[in-house]
Order: sequence, then structure tokens, then C-alpha cells
Amino acid sequence: MRLNRRAFIGTGVAATAALQAPMVWSQGRARVVVIGGGAGGATVARYLAKDSNGEIDVVLVEPAKHYYTCFFSNLYIGGFQDMADLGHSYGTLAAEYGVNVVHDWAVGVDRDAKTVTLAGGAVLSYDRLVLSPGIDFVDGSVPGWDVSVQNKMPHAYKGGSQAELLKAQIEAMPEGGRFAMVAPPNPYRCPPGPYERISMVAHLLTQVNPTAKILLVDPKESFSKQALFEEGWQKHYGGMVERIGPDFGGDKVEVRADTMEVIIDGNAEKVDACNVIPGQKAGRICEMAGVTEGNWAPVTGHTMQSRIDGNVYVLGDASNQGDMPKSGYSANSQAKVAAMAIRGELLGSSVFPAKFSNTCWSLIATDDGVKVGAAYEATDEKIASVSSFISQTGEDADLRKQTYEESLGWYAGITSDMFG
Amino acid sequence: MIKALVKILGLAALCGGGGIAHADLLGDAKRGETLFRDCRSCHQVGEGAQNRIGPHLNNIFGRKAGSVGDDYRYSKGLARMGADGLIWSFDTLDAYIENPKALVSDTRMAYRGMKDEKDRADLLAYLRDFSASPANIPESQPTARPREVELSSETLAIVGDKAYGEYLASECLTCHQRSGSNEGIPGVVGWPVEDFVIAMHAYKRQIRPHPVMQMMAGRLSDEEIAALAAYFEDLE
Repeated sequence: MRLNRRAFIGTGVAATAALQAPMVWSQGRARVVVIGGGAGGATVARYLAKDSNGEIDVVLVEPAKHYYTCFFSNLYIGGFQDMADLGHSYGTLAAEYGVNVVHDWAVGVDRDAKTVTLAGGAVLSYDRLVLSPGIDFVDGSVPGWDVSVQNKMPHAYKGGSQAELLKAQIEAMPEGGRFAMVAPPNPYRCPPGPYERISMVAHLLTQVNPTAKILLVDPKESFSKQALFEEGWQKHYGGMVERIGPDFGGDKVEVRADTMEVIIDGNAEKVDACNVIPGQKAGRICEMAGVTEGNWAPVTGHTMQSRIDGNVYVLGDASNQGDMPKSGYSANSQAKVAAMAIRGELLGSSVFPAKFSNTCWSLIATDDGVKVGAAYEATDEKIASVSSFISQTGEDADLRKQTYEESLGWYAGITSDMFG
Repeated sequence: MIKALVKILGLAALCGGGGIAHADLLGDAKRGETLFRDCRSCHQVGEGAQNRIGPHLNNIFGRKAGSVGDDYRYSKGLARMGADGLIWSFDTLDAYIENPKALVSDTRMAYRGMKDEKDRADLLAYLRDFSASPANIPESQPTARPREVELSSETLAIVGDKAYGEYLASECLTCHQRSGSNEGIPGVVGWPVEDFVIAMHAYKRQIRPHPVMQMMAGRLSDEEIAALAAYFEDLE
């Protein structure tokens, strides 16, 4: 879609645009519009504003005035966090960093005109656009489930009110009742997330409904931290969790929300609460902007620039970049690379080789934390994993407690890195 | 050196992307697919792969040696290596494919070995695609090797004291021959200062794998590394 100089000169309208663009560059401030105020978007907005000495006009478009992080929402379900503590506002980004925060939905992107249209009718022009919308769900991923039944069978996979709803439904289960989770197919946000959630639901039920059962229906043969979770479930919640993998029909599942049934390979199971985490794709705005291929938006790992349009950057879950898992930590890491690259383009500042990292902490039970992490570097083909580590089974209690405490420190760190 | 790199990258960014590879992928998977023809008479890989004469190679990266299951019968030596804790990784597979009997004396894998390093890297890059993806299972094994360490110009600018270097080098010469021989242990005689310094810092930061070198480099200061570098560069 990028037009070269000759194409610009070709038509009168385009020629006007070509004359205007350098005007913005030299006289006005260059403008970066960021869509989505999560771990990718808030971070890139903050770094662009912070490091450009006011030379870049940063506009952050995010519908929510209070943003509730999806990461740590499992700890809310387990009773280890208050929802209020997971909420953050954009006041500091606006007041201290000069980010222009617009609480609205982006409903359209015109990449030729370089404009974003908001639901409220406003049209924002941009020099560079950053898309960091997170995930949406793939239609028909779990037959019988769509967003119209999300209040009967919550996905609880975007944090906030859905997590509150799921917790309330689990707490309301009859004594000895059954909770089911339909786990998502790869790739999805937060690889250990569904399994940490199983741990937290088990922890909650152990307190309020100890004879209850958990049914985990999983289309995947294996999952991240599997040995650690399975060891933990046995140790802390012996006999409560039953996992049905693809060898027993875990990949042939449908749900009936009106009768609260989960049908596994043709066999109906009645459940009392059900968490359906469907297959995922890039947040819808990426598709609207025409920067997706398949379910995700391909980017180059050197800069996080869209492979379809160099004026567009895509961060976090929505991007297809290679080896990094979809996580808040990854999005935050990618945002810093993108901010550096965008400043390099617009202001000519130094651009260093891209470096990325990710760590995912999970809580299995009280003071029983584990982690997995890796370092990544950019290649022309993709962002590639160059080393990784994982907590070991059988670690002593002190180390596990230390790991949990480390995760609390990380939460404080990343949220202040995002919101200031 | 760093400055030059920055310049090139800045230019690439201004031109709208593309750029320099900073990490090296394990190898060329496409070429590896062709090389795998040699293996295919015994091993299967990919969807529906079964154990044949040799075990299937799906999820080989990260698998404990001798543990494919499904009643596949391994040689005693391979089973023992698994019990001893051998995990298949790029490095262990590379050593095995180079010379199977060097790693597992009584292996039944009747293959003389793939001598060319690049062939092995390409073959392993091909096989890596049939093991867990780091995007889905972050702890799964790397798909690339990290780039060499970059150092600040201050570190690179330390001018080494050759006399001190000579003293320190006595420890190195126990293994690295004064003659510069590359037999078994790589020679270090006549290495350019910059290469030497970068390599030693890579060991020191445990980016380059080798337990002995990590231990040796780990206790050297920046000045000591500079001194060694100056000494070895001038050796003939």
C-alpha cells in the first residue's frame, strides 16, 4: 500500500497529500496514533512521549477509562488479588507525559489517507499508526458458543467484568458441583493462563466447596509448564482436577449454554459453571485496517512494523512475529522496540538492535509460584527464541514462595512501566 | 563497530523496515529437508510419523534420549544415556549426528555421521520445526542462536598490558597450544583483539556455551581480558 513518489505525483489528490505530509514533518509535530491501551499500547505511548521531548504528538485511543489488566485476573479468581487493584487509569500518561488519551472505539482505518475513524465520529490523521488491540475470538471455534452466551459461559479472557462473573458463578455452584473449562487451541493469549486458572479455581473451591470437581477439556496434546501444573494439582488439589486431552475427545467439544452441557466427542456432561476460552485472533481493528494474514497481523521482528504497511506497527497478542508467546510481558517488551524504531523514523534518533524477553509467572497455590521465560532476538524471518528457562518440579517451598513474590514485584513494575 | 551498526540500522529503519539479522536461525530448514532424505529410510517426521527402524522424530527437541515410548526398543547405550539425563537439544543432536558412536558407543543407528557443520545445522533446523513451538510452549528449545555480545566502546578501548597477558596466558596454554593447533581444541594464537575480547565476554556472560570456558572467563576482569587479547594477537 505504500506509495512511492511517482505514484504521488500521478494524481492531483495524492500530490496534495504528498505536499502536506512534509509540512507536518517540518512545521507541526509528527503524530503517532496508538489503538489499544494495554501492555503494548500504553507502553509504546508512554515511551514515545517520554523520550521524544514533546516532538511527537502521541494520541492513545482506548475505550476504557479504567483498564483492568487481564494478567493477574486469575489471581483475582483465586482470591489473591482484589479487582480494584487490577484497575488502572490513564491520568498519569495524560498529565505527566502529555499523551492525548481519547476514550473511544476505533472503528476504521484508511491507510492511504493515513487516518483513523472513531465511533464518536472524529477522524485522526497519523504519520505512524500503532495497533495493539489484543485478541478477539474466532467464530465457531467451540460449536454452541458465541459472544451472545458469554454471560452464561464466560470466556473471562479479557480481564475485568468477565472474570468477576466467572468467579461469582463458581462461588454459586451447588455443593459437590462441577466446573468445566474448555481450553483454547494454539496459538492463544498467555500459554500457561488456562492452567493457572484451573489452579486458582481449585484453590477457590477447596475453600468454599471442597467436594466440587473440575473438568478441563483440552484440544491440545501438551501445554506450557505441564509437568509443574500437574505436579501442583496432585499435591494441592488431589483428585479434584480431571483433564480430557485430544486422545479422549478433548478436541471434539461443543457446548449448550441453555442446558449447561458440555458435549465431549458426542457425550453430554452436565456442569454447574463453565468457562469457554475459544480460539483467538487479532483484535478486529487489525482486520479492518487490512493488515492481517489469516488470524494475525504479520510484522517484522526488527521493528514490529507490519509486513503489509510500513507506516503501521502491530504489538502484542495481535501480531504474528514468530517465537514470542502472546503475553502482557511480550507486548511490553515489543512496545519498547517499536517506540525506539518509530522515534528513529520520525526524529532520526539512534536505533539499536532489537532485543526481546518474556517471563510468565503462574501461581499454583498459596505461595507456590512457578515461572517460564526466554530471550528473543530478531532475524529477518521472525523473532527467534535464543534461550529459555523454566521452574523445576520438586523445587522447595522457599524458592516457590520467592517466585510468587517475584511475580508481585513484576506486576508492580510492568504496570508502572505502562501507566507511569 | 557499534556506531557503524547503529548507522546501518537507522538507515534501514528510514527506508521502511527490513534490516539485519541479529540472531542466527539454527540453519536453513529448506536445505535441511533435502538432507533429511538420507535419514528417511529409517526415521519418519511430520504428521502421522511412526516408529520404524528408528524412532519417529516429532518433538525430538527437548525429549530425553531413549524415551519416545510406544514400545520402541532402544539400544542399551541409548537407554542409558537417557537415564543419565541426556536431553536432545541442538548441541547434543549436533554431536550425535556428527558421529553417533562418539556419543553413544553401542547405538544401533548405522550412520557414519554428517561431517559438515552447516549440513548438520540445516538438517537440525528442519527437524526443529517438528518440535514444540516457543510461541505456544515458551520453555521449548530455542530456534536460533544469540548474536555475539556487543560491548561498549569503553570496554573495547581498554588497551591490554601484554606483559600481564603473558602471565595470564600460561593458564590458557595448558589446553590451547602455543603452536596454534586446532586439533581437538581451537587455537587462539594470532586472534584479532576484538574477536578475542568479544568471545571471552560471551563466555563470561554465559552466552557461549562451554562449562570450562565459562568458568575460565567468568573470573577475568575486563582489563585481564584485554591483556590476554593483546598478548595472543601478537603471538606468531
